[in-house]
Amino acid sequence: MPKITEYEPIVGPNTIEELRLLAGKLQGKVIQNINSTAVGGGVAEILNRMVPLLQELGMDARWDFIKGGESFFNATKKFHNALHGKAEEITPQMFEAFTETSQRNIDEVKLYGDVMLIHDPQPIALIKKKDSMPNSKWIWRCHIDVSTPNKQVWDFLMPFINHYDGAVFSAPGFSQPLPIRQFLISPSIDPLSDKNKDLPQETIDAVLEKYHIPSDKPIITQISRFDYLKDPVGVIEAYRLVKKRNNCQLIIAGGTATDDPESTRVYAETREAAGNDPDIHILPIPSGSDLEINAIQRASTVIVQKSLREGFGLTVTEALWKAKPVVASSTGGIPLQVKHKYSGLLCHSVSGAAFAIKQLLSSPEYAKRLGENGHEHVRQNFLLTRHLKDYMLLFLCMYHPEDIIYL
Amino acid sequence: MTSLPKAKEPFKFYTQIHIPELTGLRASNLQELLGLIKTVPGSVIYYHTHRFLQQHQYLSPEPPNDFAYWITGIIGEAELGEALYSIDTIQYTTIRELRDEIIRTIENYIEKHPRALQRFTMPGEEFHFIKSVSFVCQTPYTASDLNEFQAALQRVTLESIYFHMFEARLRIGKGINDFSNWLEGSLSENKLANKIASLDPYTHTMENLRFTLVKLIEKQIVSSMEK
Repeated sequence: MPKITEYEPIVGPNTIEELRLLAGKLQGKVIQNINSTAVGGGVAEILNRMVPLLQELGMDARWDFIKGGESFFNATKKFHNALHGKAEEITPQMFEAFTETSQRNIDEVKLYGDVMLIHDPQPIALIKKKDSMPNSKWIWRCHIDVSTPNKQVWDFLMPFINHYDGAVFSAPGFSQPLPIRQFLISPSIDPLSDKNKDLPQETIDAVLEKYHIPSDKPIITQISRFDYLKDPVGVIEAYRLVKKRNNCQLIIAGGTATDDPESTRVYAETREAAGNDPDIHILPIPSGSDLEINAIQRASTVIVQKSLREGFGLTVTEALWKAKPVVASSTGGIPLQVKHKYSGLLCHSVSGAAFAIKQLLSSPEYAKRLGENGHEHVRQNFLLTRHLKDYMLLFLCMYHPEDIIYL
Repeated sequence: MTSLPKAKEPFKFYTQIHIPELTGLRASNLQELLGLIKTVPGSVIYYHTHRFLQQHQYLSPEPPNDFAYWITGIIGEAELGEALYSIDTIQYTTIRELRDEIIRTIENYIEKHPRALQRFTMPGEEFHFIKSVSFVCQTPYTASDLNEFQAALQRVTLESIYFHMFEARLRIGKGINDFSNWLEGSLSENKLANKIASLDPYTHTMENLRFTLVKLIEKQIVSSMEK
């Protein structure tokens, strides 16, 4: 795991100094993170990086878990999907399972933080302990896109949420009218992780060779799991429009979940849409192959993210970090990252995506400039160090209700 | 060789770090936008007229105005967007005045083009009102004369320059940027202070602004040494 000083050459000494200063202002405060699992999923991934770095900065950051059985996690999985806006049948038994397990956790989990950072809905009911911890500040960190939540689940969670001192969302569109303070903390990428670190050309070449991708023509790439919302067939249609005028090849690479029938179906449909075109490479890459994804992104001429719906769109962040010109749908968190014609090109349709790709392939200097701007935008706004800073500011906000605070 | 005069009080460089606070308020057409612009706290107006500047400080000068960006790109009223982009922020010394000018500009446009009220956004493209919460902290940099001032300006973060040139003037409500204030009050460098005050920092990138300030001070140092 990289040390905080290893980020200094990337973000500059002032940024690291700023983090130390903020950590100093939080001396003596215990920050207790609580979620439902130590491994798997984005939240655990973030905490695995964040907690050691906060500790290294001198903060007393800790991480504990709630426990639950199958019925509890089945219920919270359904809640999760429903909050994302997916149609789910939520039964009274699910609410019962949630309430019952939550009560057990309230009784058994040791809560001691000055700042309690509760991640996602699974441990949300721990807030019931707030009254017995009058000096603690409670924050609910929602990592889910709740822009169009299932009303039944949201209404069930509201009494818990309203009791917190603050809530945190990942994009402005995820916030809801609430009686508590709400903060915006965008996700981030780790520039030193396998998925984002610099790679020697030999590594990139080896990955291209492994997947039989020639480097004699421009590569258009979309990295995403096989999901209707990522519109892989739309990407192929856009590629075909481009191909009429520009000789190029297409890579669609991402994970397929064997236990997810929808993913298998989308993969099959994508393959069918690709037909016999030898310049289309459909690559089911197993999860955890971060170095390979990194290499493919770095080998690409243009990176596309033609999603129909998107959370924050971290694949876009990764592409921009690699200074790649990006063509992406104007949805979810993508417009926060791509400013049209400055740090990439936004599109709303297959033909729009094709037109933008053609522009970039035909004007390499323009494409290079967009890529460089995108890289700088990510460096300043979407790296792990900014994420750490935001969390520390969030903790400080709990002790300062004003809009301008002199530290 | 003449030595440079010492300041009555040293200049202490501060910096600011901010976190966006969500208000949960959103607008899906011009009428809703206007209504909320009239009532949200000043820190919200400040955020939407300065965020672009902070997040895109490396780009070529870009009008730092989220309202204009949304009205042009989402609502599709480019003429009103241009009118908002063109508001000369530097001539206002308080958020209140700036807010009033934004309101006046939108109201005038609606009066002339009432059809603009018929335009609604697609779901997901609403304007979300966000508030800026700023933390102000002192840096280790100080300056007692022009030489030290110029040297420090080259080392402090862009956020520090941002704080003294933008936030102190408009948000903290001093009416003038901190650099000009100090140069005039503590060093009697009135001419240099005026030159800095008459810059339009909104039309510079932050790095370019730093460069311009350093050059202005350098020129003044040379002229003082020649006297």
